Amino acid sequence: MADIFALMLSAVLIENFIFSRFYGCCPFLGVSEKPATALGMGCAVVFVMTLASALTYAIYYFILVPFALTYLKTIAFILAIAALVQFIEMFLRRFLPALHGALGIYLPLITTNCAVLGAALLNIENGFDFLHAVVFGFSAGLGFTMAIVIFAGVRQKMAFCTPPKPFRGFPLTLLAAALAAMAFSGFSGMQIG
Amino acid sequence: MKNEKTSFYREHLIEGLFTNNPTLVQLLGMCPTLAVTTSLANAIGMGLSATAVLMFSNLFISLLRKRIPAEVRIAAYIVIISGFVTAIEMLLHAFIPSLYASLGLFIPLIVVNCIILARAEAFASKNPPLHALFDGLAMGLGFTLALALLGFIRELLGAGTVLGYDVTLGVAQPMLFFIMPAGAFFTLAFLIAAANAIRARATKKKERAGKEDGANG
Repeated sequence: MADIFALMLSAVLIENFIFSRFYGCCPFLGVSEKPATALGMGCAVVFVMTLASALTYAIYYFILVPFALTYLKTIAFILAIAALVQFIEMFLRRFLPALHGALGIYLPLITTNCAVLGAALLNIENGFDFLHAVVFGFSAGLGFTMAIVIFAGVRQKMAFCTPPKPFRGFPLTLLAAALAAMAFSGFSGMQIG
Repeated sequence: MKNEKTSFYREHLIEGLFTNNPTLVQLLGMCPTLAVTTSLANAIGMGLSATAVLMFSNLFISLLRKRIPAEVRIAAYIVIISGFVTAIEMLLHAFIPSLYASLGLFIPLIVVNCIILARAEAFASKNPPLHALFDGLAMGLGFTLALALLGFIRELLGAGTVLGYDVTLGVAQPMLFFIMPAGAFFTLAFLIAAANAIRARATKKKERAGKEDGANG
């Protein structure tokens, strides 16, 4: 139990997907204009990443390993993730229309979010068992959500500043991200478990 | 006819490298840009690997553009791209193991690099194979150029080295900040701001020239 907690804490804070690994920077910089949309995107990512971790684990250990096809894992995983996202979208639309209304527009973007594929590949690389893989997927998604929501709050404040012209827009966002990353690097020395 | 052809290639190359640079102007593919540019060698390795994938995926998507049904095109593109990424991954593993080790998971993650899917969708699916192949080369080199610039600055300031050779002469202390994740965001912010400033100046110059022409005519 203790090592599960340590894994969660390190995935959320110490090795935060955005600020220390740079997985999922595109949605982080693209969909973080308002806290509400950032939260929606974050929830969709947590949802897909948890399920994708479980699915890719099963595919790797029950299909690819027995048939000695592990070199195909990139292709297999990205297809599995694309199919999973499509399936989740259909499922939500049919059975949970309210949730679909909230998360629907973010789902197609997630297929090409490298955080999801990154988590799936990291699970294999680290040799996690099923439980650890799912927990890792969930908490890495949680770390992503935390980062993107905090950052959306920062960006709202930035709407009022008047930087030099070349810095307007994207460069200013990156500078704010640099400051946020600096805060997160304070966790980097910690060792748990 | 021949002139028209060469001018397509020249204009496209300039577009990919400078005026429509995928990283600095289109702002695509941020994850590898920020993650692997801790050193110049890594940055160039990543840039060239992505260029190779981009060229071949563009070529094949363009060859198959009339056969791929529009409804499943994204899935088809992803399969083609991930096939080439797997090939590149195995080649790097076999022939440049040091680069393979330092790029790590970012090699398979080339699959979800938005530049490649963006060029497939915006260019390769609508243009003949040779043009698509060249588009891949031009955009890939633009990506490599941006990465190399970022990697050069970060390695120089953060580690005091260029391609691993010490250039501090023992007088300057490298600033570790630039190697850290925060330094990646920071340096890229300044690079993009510089690109913005250069473009703004160029358009102003063009406008002024246009006005003078108008006044003379």
